Amino acid sequence: MTSHFLLMLLFAFFVALVFAVLMKDQPRDQVRFGAIVFGGFLLSALVLGWLMYPFPF
Amino acid sequence: MRADAVERVENGSVVLLLLAAWLVPGSGHLWLGRRTKGWTILVALTAMFALGLFLQGRLFPFESSQPLVFLAAAANLAVGIPYLAAWVFGWGQGQVASVTYEYANAFLIVAGLLNMLVALDVYDTAVGRK
Repeated sequence: MTSHFLLMLLFAFFVALVFAVLMKDQPRDQVRFGAIVFGGFLLSALVLGWLMYPFPF
Repeated sequence: MRADAVERVENGSVVLLLLAAWLVPGSGHLWLGRRTKGWTILVALTAMFALGLFLQGRLFPFESSQPLVFLAAAANLAVGIPYLAAWVFGWGQGQVASVTYEYANAFLIVAGLLNMLVALDVYDTAVGRK
């Protein structure tokens, strides 16, 4: 379990799950909101990763 | 707010409710009758904290000379009984050389921070704001 990407996915999953449960009451809304938060984490990580790719450090 | 939740809060006190919400993640929602939320939070936050320990993260000490370390320790403590259990059993020494060390610390700290949010949500629900 040393893949940073896998760990980031796990982290995003748990945070999205708790946020969805706290912010929404209906299961359908929770799934939708959780998916948006999870997708936001994933997309942000990929975009920031590519943006930082040329950095020498 | 549900009628049964109002009744349960009136029987206990909000302070006790918040104490329970801090000590056992999700217990505040369970107390208020929101079982699905409570169990989901209990499983998710406990799993996050356990993963942090498994990945060789560190439970930070309360050192007032280092403000960021102090804040990290406060965030660790915010997860409640899982923190106290780890402290009693001597887990969470942390392995700085481990490749997962930083991620593990993120899991440990964020589990506590999320439990603070959960406690605030419990308070809002108990006083009828939600």
